[in-house]
Amino acid sequence: MKLTRRYRFSASHRLDTPALTAEENRKLYGKCNNPYGHGHDYVLDVTVEGLPDESGQVVGRDALDALVGERILTRFDHHNLNTDIAELAGMVPTTESLAVTIEKVLMAGWPLPARLDRVRISETDRNMFELEAK
Amino acid sequence: MLLTRKAEFSASHVCANPVWTEERNRAVYGANANPNGHGHNYVLEVTIEGDPDPVTGMVFDLRELKEILNEEVVEPMDHRFLNKEVAPFDHVVPTTENVAVEIWQRLAGRIGRDGVKLRNVRLYETGDLFVDYGGAS
Repeated sequence: MKLTRRYRFSASHRLDTPALTAEENRKLYGKCNNPYGHGHDYVLDVTVEGLPDESGQVVGRDALDALVGERILTRFDHHNLNTDIAELAGMVPTTESLAVTIEKVLMAGWPLPARLDRVRISETDRNMFELEAK
Repeated sequence: MLLTRKAEFSASHVCANPVWTEERNRAVYGANANPNGHGHNYVLEVTIEGDPDPVTGMVFDLRELKEILNEEVVEPMDHRFLNKEVAPFDHVVPTTENVAVEIWQRLAGRIGRDGVKLRNVRLYETGDLFVDYGGAS
């Protein structure tokens, strides 16, 4: 059985890669390349899988909320993804990079009995990225 | 092919195990253990798998599916206190997980037939929490 919990955080970013010229970056990323950055209200769905325990729950809501809160929300919410998140250093903070990073941060010493199944993240409600946990 | 139909019901519940102390219930279920109950607008998505019938072009008759969902889920559960009015929640804690399993058990036998089976029950307790159940594995 799978349980999915939805979280939200707001953060700013700028898409720009040193591998390309200023003009190429502008062409590739469009408005996302504007020099001072911009922000989004990200929506993060965390799915865990397991059998319900004696409480009838796949995972305790408080335990999952505490984990995601501590590792992701308090660190990412109202922050600048280009400058404030060590795990994103050297990466262009696309939503794809965020999905990869969030999966990694959650999986490192995953402490809950239910296994992490996947993360899904959207930057706006028109695009979402889903990554199965390794 | 997968077919998904949605239904809604609003119900109240308490999540507490009667053999546990109030303190332990509060530690496990938080505000969900408040003794007089609280409510949710549940949203149910039922997914059926099968091939479209060569004559009707349908995986499942949607009118029949609506009737089954009404009879098995919406009528018995909508505007009810699950712990007091809907079996087996007088003795099974009505977590989202357990309600999803109960809905599966009510629907699987009525939906399954030649070439057609219930594939998934997704139950949203709120927009921010849902459970997917695909039967006992």
